[in-house]
Amino acid sequence: MLDLLQQLGRAALGLFQRLGRGNLFLLQTLASTPGILLRPGLVIRQLWSVGVLTLVIIVVSGLFVGMVMGLQGYNTLVDFGAEESLGVLVALSLVRELGPVVAALLFAGRAGSALTAEIGLMKATEQLSGMEMMAVDPVQRVIAPRFLAAFLSMPLLAAIFSAVGIFGGYLVGVGLLGVDDGAFWSQMQDKVDFHDDILNGVIKSIVFGFVVGWIAMFEGYDAVPTAEGVSQATTRTVVHSALVVLGLDFVLTALMFGD
Amino acid sequence: MNTRTVEIGVGLFVAVGIAALFMLAMQVSNLSTIGSSGGYRITATFENIGGLKVRSPVTVSGVRVGRVDVIDYDLHTFQAVVTMKIEDQYKGFPEDTSASIFTAGLLGEQYVALEPGGSMTSIEDGGRLQLTQSALVMEQIIGQFLYSMAADKKTDQPPDQKTEQQPDQQPGG
Amino acid sequence: MSQPVVQIRDLRFARGNRMIFDGIDLDIMPGSVTAIMGPSGTGKTTLLKLIGGQLRPLSGSIRVRGEEVQTLSRPALYRMRKRIGMLFQSGALLTDLNVFENVAFPIREHTRLPQALVRDLVLMKLEAVGLRGAAGLMPSELSGGMARRVALARAIALDPMMVLYDEPFTGQDPISMGVLVKLIRELNLALGMTSVVVSHDVREATAIADYAYLLSDGKIMNHGTPDALWGAESQWTRQFLNGLPDGPVAFHYPAAPFRDDLLGGAPR
Repeated sequence: MLDLLQQLGRAALGLFQRLGRGNLFLLQTLASTPGILLRPGLVIRQLWSVGVLTLVIIVVSGLFVGMVMGLQGYNTLVDFGAEESLGVLVALSLVRELGPVVAALLFAGRAGSALTAEIGLMKATEQLSGMEMMAVDPVQRVIAPRFLAAFLSMPLLAAIFSAVGIFGGYLVGVGLLGVDDGAFWSQMQDKVDFHDDILNGVIKSIVFGFVVGWIAMFEGYDAVPTAEGVSQATTRTVVHSALVVLGLDFVLTALMFGD
Repeated sequence: MNTRTVEIGVGLFVAVGIAALFMLAMQVSNLSTIGSSGGYRITATFENIGGLKVRSPVTVSGVRVGRVDVIDYDLHTFQAVVTMKIEDQYKGFPEDTSASIFTAGLLGEQYVALEPGGSMTSIEDGGRLQLTQSALVMEQIIGQFLYSMAADKKTDQPPDQKTEQQPDQQPGG
Repeated sequence: MSQPVVQIRDLRFARGNRMIFDGIDLDIMPGSVTAIMGPSGTGKTTLLKLIGGQLRPLSGSIRVRGEEVQTLSRPALYRMRKRIGMLFQSGALLTDLNVFENVAFPIREHTRLPQALVRDLVLMKLEAVGLRGAAGLMPSELSGGMARRVALARAIALDPMMVLYDEPFTGQDPISMGVLVKLIRELNLALGMTSVVVSHDVREATAIADYAYLLSDGKIMNHGTPDALWGAESQWTRQFLNGLPDGPVAFHYPAAPFRDDLLGGAPR
């Protein structure tokens, strides 16, 4: 019984320690982020590996999610004779929820895991330690540009996901199922509010980019510097990112659309 | 990876991302139709606004001219006060314009329909519409319908009570 | 004699409950090659990290050119590190940059020299380690010995006053080892810098060292010039230097008597 309590206590202490380290790490990263703006070359290179290389999966997934919603939505709406609201359905669900959330999940799987693995390996091969000995701050040189790139890419990726998804819904709804072209767009424009829907979706994706970037960086930086440690850290990045994104999505949705 | 390729790729990525945001703003949302902050406000009081909501459309002859901006409740008159924002290009409705709350389709959303009157003076910014017609509430209509059915049946037996049914013929008001 | 470059007094350091260093005194003289030797797991690498200020000691003092390392502010610590080169065991080359960029890395990070000058400097350093021809290769295309030479070129890129070598000979074939021995000695002479070589390759380390420390169990077991050490009386020193399988350091890890263990029966 006491052993059990001890285990619980140890786990809790470990968790708090990690949280503390994570927060300190975030502060350190944020403190060195302004300095990195003086060297845009570093950020651009990371935007390539974080943003551009994630683009393919985002575009393809967005297209299919939009097409599926077009099909499903049409089948449901047509029973009520409201198939002209298909545009509204597709656009609202993409812009408010699916765009930011699914893009963030894909982002965590594609870019987040890669970032963790990269930083974990740099740690395991003493590259970070080596930089420190060369009087180069690894947080500034390695972490900050990647974090900034993740933070900047996420809203753009989510917007692309939503836009492509709406186009996918349009293809299926208007092109395949014969919903009226004009009604599709005009109803959408009528019901989707720039401030309430689009901006809130963008805010969501910014928050998700921040969180996924943070988790990926921290897991890599805090990884046990062995092959096993890095692989565990990579898994944790994806799992934690997914959980945090979904949890935060609920909180943000309640705050934004709750009333 | 060549620096030039990287930079071009990132440039494309950022351009496409911003284009997507722009497309969402202009093509998908109402940003293009609202016209930032323009427009003028008029208010109207209703006995019952039914399911009317903020941002519900305001139409004239079926053309959308604005949106419901604020819904409030007046504690002195015990009536709902609806403030509507009308776009600037639709300025100059007559003073005696009337406002009604209708439902689009059987299950659709509710909207305010304006019907211009014949007065020569136009309504000002912040002006109040005097003639209004409240929303139809389904339960009331069904209730009145059932009541009048029952009343109809009764009248069949004692034929001298005919005068009582008269006020119930027209629902709403 | 001039003041030591590194002066360590009564250094204590623990990892978890394990004492790594338990009261160490150590001096490193300018311009010398000092070898620090000891069995695996005695914390030789830890000692280098302590000197570089990457770890903090439990107690005791580490002075580099008279400055107390652990009390230095971050900028001062970074200033100090710019004057120290370190060669990691793995090389620690940045895997996303090629050889040229790796050597250029500290120069680019710390100076604002024009591109042409950076290029000349890098080629000079690469020439010194004999790898000018490999400038365009990626670290993954290098052999272990080449990677270590590139790392050495990078360590001397900023013309440091001291270079710390962490196990430079481990896992090298005899030829690479010979090349590294020659390089360390030559660079020490040519650049007039101080070298600290941490190693358990006794023969190579003593061949280039002016002075050597033998470390074991958190203590300095012996120190002196290589010649003095080879001639030392101490049993332990002899066992270590000659690589004898048994001696003061027992062949067996401490355990209960074998007989008891066999007859004890209780599975663990």
